Amino acid sequence: MEFKDYYKTLGVERSATADDIKSAYRKLARKYHPDVSKEPHAEARFKEVGEAYEVLQNMEKRAAYDQLGNRWREGQEFTPPPEWGAGFESTQGGASTTEAADFSDFFSSLFGNFSRPAGSAHARGEDHHAKIFISLEDAFHGGTHTITLRAPQVNAHGQVVLRERSLNVQIPKGIRESQHIRLAGQGVPGIKGTAPGDLYLEIHFHPHPLYQVQGRDLSLSLPIAPWETALGATVKAPTPTGVVEVKILPGSQSGRKLRLKGRGIPGEPAGDLYLVLDVVLPKADTEQAQQIYHTMARELAFNPRKALGV
Amino acid sequence: MDREQDLLTGSVIGDEGVLSIEELARTCSAEAKWIIELVAVGVLKPEGREITDWRFRAADLTCARRVARLQRDFVASLDAAAVMLELLDQIDRLRARLQRAGLDVDLDVE
Repeated sequence: MEFKDYYKTLGVERSATADDIKSAYRKLARKYHPDVSKEPHAEARFKEVGEAYEVLQNMEKRAAYDQLGNRWREGQEFTPPPEWGAGFESTQGGASTTEAADFSDFFSSLFGNFSRPAGSAHARGEDHHAKIFISLEDAFHGGTHTITLRAPQVNAHGQVVLRERSLNVQIPKGIRESQHIRLAGQGVPGIKGTAPGDLYLEIHFHPHPLYQVQGRDLSLSLPIAPWETALGATVKAPTPTGVVEVKILPGSQSGRKLRLKGRGIPGEPAGDLYLVLDVVLPKADTEQAQQIYHTMARELAFNPRKALGV
Repeated sequence: MDREQDLLTGSVIGDEGVLSIEELARTCSAEAKWIIELVAVGVLKPEGREITDWRFRAADLTCARRVARLQRDFVASLDAAAVMLELLDQIDRLRARLQRAGLDVDLDVE
């Protein structure tokens, strides 16, 4: 595993005071908070910063970390020294088990043996939350999704250790963005026979190349030739459940929406699919095409800027 | 790493209220009292009249967890966190509109 330089993560000197550390943390937390920040990789950065702060704001952990001295540099291959872990006894309590799940292997190798916070001994296991990204097709047909979770577990010695496990989850037909699937009993295990927590999966869709999703409704930009909109036509349009034919009324302009009722995400009621007409002009890249444009220019008394008074 | 190959079926939390106040509080690692405050300031809108009948939806779960994170990470008051939530919602809605209009949502908006 790689060594993490927590001082570097927070951008402070090794001699920084508790106040320096706090102020550096708060500045970075504002910058990278996943609810607030749109910086790329904000969530990962926020976790790194949180992990560094978790160690450096706690006197005991900081003292323990400082014992490693200057022997390693950020990113260098690291294994805890053999004497590591002797004589540490956290009285302030470590990170909560759910927070610990977000921390690195480096953190858990050093501080995984800090005791579980007092007072939670009789509580049931904590709930665990994760986001999953599914395809729009899964919402139409139902599907299965495999997720790998790093979940904290308490071992026989009462220590919190991270364990990876994968779960196969049924994705029900009709699921929508921002809904959750609750899996009872799949959260953090309880200790001493208390009930485990639940696992909540927050649903997100991978961006789809054709359809935009809004709640249960979908929209699709449907390219149309000028004569199809001018004269009216019946054209083919894709939908997630197959190709349909739609009637374009004469005189339809770009941006006009056609609603296909019940062709959105299935459910009670099912969503709708909106086709947004997008008139596309053929290129005048052959002599024949140019001839046709010339004819139109000559024969149609058309001023698109009439409404502008010019 | 051990694999559990069984297919798990969960329950969906969507637009209908399903979570009780205890369940919502627990999943935010908070007290029921805190949930009552969030309802009082209008951040959460449960179905049901009596506290014991309250049932919360997916949107409530998302909001409550967001407020919990904002309060914890910024040491913010409930009211300050509620304002942040309101503003973040507005930004989300605007970004969604930009995206639907085919505009790049990663434009630098500063």
